[in-house]
Amino acid sequence: MKLRTFRIGGVHPEENKLTDDAVTQVAALPKQAIFPLSQHIGAPAKPVVKKGDKVKVGTMIAEAGGFVSAPVYSSVSGTVFKIDTVFDATGYRQPVIIINVEGDEWEETIDRSDKLETLSAHPELTPEEIVERIKVAGVTGMGGAGFPTFIKLCPPPTAKAECVIINGVECEPYITSDYRLMLEHADEILVGLELLMKASKVTKGYIGIEENKPAAIKLLTEKTAGNPNIEIVPLAQKYPQGGEKQLVDAVIRRQVPAPPAIPVNVGAIVQNVGTAYAVYQAVMKRKPLFERYTTVTGKKLKNPGNYLVRMGTPMRDLIDVCGGMPEGDNKVLAGGPMMGKALNNIDVPVCKGTNSITVLTDDDAKRKTPQPCIRCAKCVSACPMGLEPYLLATASSLHDWDRVEKEDITSCIECGSCQFTCPAHRPMLDNIRLGKSTVMGIIRARNAKK
Amino acid sequence: MDFILSAVIVLGGIALVAAVILYVCSKKFAVYEDPRLGTVLEALPGANCGGCGYPGCSGMADALVKAADKGSLEGLNCPVGGAETMGKVADLLGMAMANTEPMVAVVRCNGTCELRPKTTEYGGLRTCTAMNACGAGETACGFGCLGCGDCVSACKFDAIHMNEETGLPEVDEEKCTSCGACVSACPRHIIELRKKGPKNRRVYVRCVNKDKGAVAMKACKAACIGCGKCAKECPFEAITIVNNVSYIDYNKCKLCRKCEAVCPTNAIVAVNFPPRKPKVEAPATGEEVKAEPAKASVESNKKETEA
Repeated sequence: MKLRTFRIGGVHPEENKLTDDAVTQVAALPKQAIFPLSQHIGAPAKPVVKKGDKVKVGTMIAEAGGFVSAPVYSSVSGTVFKIDTVFDATGYRQPVIIINVEGDEWEETIDRSDKLETLSAHPELTPEEIVERIKVAGVTGMGGAGFPTFIKLCPPPTAKAECVIINGVECEPYITSDYRLMLEHADEILVGLELLMKASKVTKGYIGIEENKPAAIKLLTEKTAGNPNIEIVPLAQKYPQGGEKQLVDAVIRRQVPAPPAIPVNVGAIVQNVGTAYAVYQAVMKRKPLFERYTTVTGKKLKNPGNYLVRMGTPMRDLIDVCGGMPEGDNKVLAGGPMMGKALNNIDVPVCKGTNSITVLTDDDAKRKTPQPCIRCAKCVSACPMGLEPYLLATASSLHDWDRVEKEDITSCIECGSCQFTCPAHRPMLDNIRLGKSTVMGIIRARNAKK
Repeated sequence: MDFILSAVIVLGGIALVAAVILYVCSKKFAVYEDPRLGTVLEALPGANCGGCGYPGCSGMADALVKAADKGSLEGLNCPVGGAETMGKVADLLGMAMANTEPMVAVVRCNGTCELRPKTTEYGGLRTCTAMNACGAGETACGFGCLGCGDCVSACKFDAIHMNEETGLPEVDEEKCTSCGACVSACPRHIIELRKKGPKNRRVYVRCVNKDKGAVAMKACKAACIGCGKCAKECPFEAITIVNNVSYIDYNKCKLCRKCEAVCPTNAIVAVNFPPRKPKVEAPATGEEVKAEPAKASVESNKKETEA
């Protein structure tokens, strides 16, 4: 049988999944934990603690700063050292709460037992109650973008959800945190999916997994054998299958229209496996989001591995655990090599969206010299959104904002397939990203005027 | 004969009708153009740079004529042509010349490669806007010059160039028309239009780093640390300190240079001044005194080109 995948474009980067056999280890507690107030898309959180306050694991330290926002919880117990600004991953200063770690004392409300709570055992959970618990626990998308999860579960009145799709694709090279999570916590993820389905009042759920993770496909298929409502969908391997719109196309064969349309406009709510797990913990165990699975990887790293990390742990600590920085010129990415953001300094903490820390060394870390475009149109066939990257890049570099807007630059998902496939190594995505952010600014200004 | 007569009558008739239509149209749809517009447009430099804030020179000419009808040319200035052009225009319109001070673009960053060491390497697209959007750039200063020369490519008058040695842009005072293209091209808002000043003499803070003193110092040895010494020293209240960075109001500054002398990081610079007199403590043998001003004047020249 031919496996399903999305229909337009796509590329096949080298897998480099170095850590798919590495059983997840619990990372050591940091000496000092740093909590940025803006770990999600939307308004930054507002601190509710002050210097010198004692906090426990799971104490709320910052509340949601608006509707599209999420609270931040402490992942450690100790004393609030200060509320200040520090350099973030980009090199600019961001407001953070810094906590000095003392011991490991948890809030009593959190259920720390390993007992699996099923949805059938808790009929008292109404959809509203589930959404509320997710909102209070500060759960955001764990795949990287960090959109507050509860908002996705309350679609606008014009759209009606028909199914929930769990994203277990993990199409980025190197990263294995979702894969390990699926193997180690399959039951919890399935309950998480059921909770998400109940919260969004749908009866159908899918889990999309790429074929390069046969163990996860087998395990989850066995576990859902008697459940007609949940379908495990093995998908042919192709990047960027983990993109929401690509996944919706691959799993239920529907194409999401250009922005401002979102997947729910075609009836799908997409959540990451990490999010499903966090939802399970938030609703059933009353455990706010303060821990996550993170892969620390790199070809030159001595011991790459998967870790269960308390948020706020500096990335430097994790890299040290894996054998320290390799020699030579290194480029450290938060995320994978395709969409990850290069870090300006590695003292930044692991946040809600940090699915991987990837260390590229020497040649991998350097860009190749760009050559002139020969109009081979490889980028056009690679673009999963059906755009013309060479045109968008050129028009953006010439600051022709009207043209790029007309050519739907806002549809770009910044997956980098164009740049990956370009035989002339042209910095297309750099230009497109610049054009996209400028056009978004122009559109926002225009809407504000109206 | 009949043919000739009928041809004359028909063609003459058509000509008459056409003449009437043309006459009516020219009266009915006449557009009045102020004859002064053309003459003013001719007097403007024709650079169409938009530095005046109007779309090209014709837009400016239109605005000038309208302003003349209202009775004052105030607020209108052609940065390219300067006082000379504005004088001509004022003569043409029979107006008094609006009093405008000549301005010049000033780069407010002194983070040379030496004073502001690189901490990271940026591999992406080499334009300031792209680098600024990705992060803080290659140094620890998130406010200073990125050195990719967006201002250089924005300048239509070849008045701004990168200095390879310092990695900073330098403005050619002679060529700068203060059109403001570089000001809007700079994503870090480092470049500012300031009064050219008497004999091109200016005093300004060459830093925009808003970080606290210690952090700013760590990133760049020439950073303004917001210590406030200059503000205390200034007899004219021209200096304000907002967000840990000092700013000198060029309208209040009397160019006394007291602030420059007290600045601990040399973030305040004074350009085009004659060298200061050697201090009294300096050894006063004839030759050395002579040598010192000569050396100082070289420095001052260097500053001039840097500004």
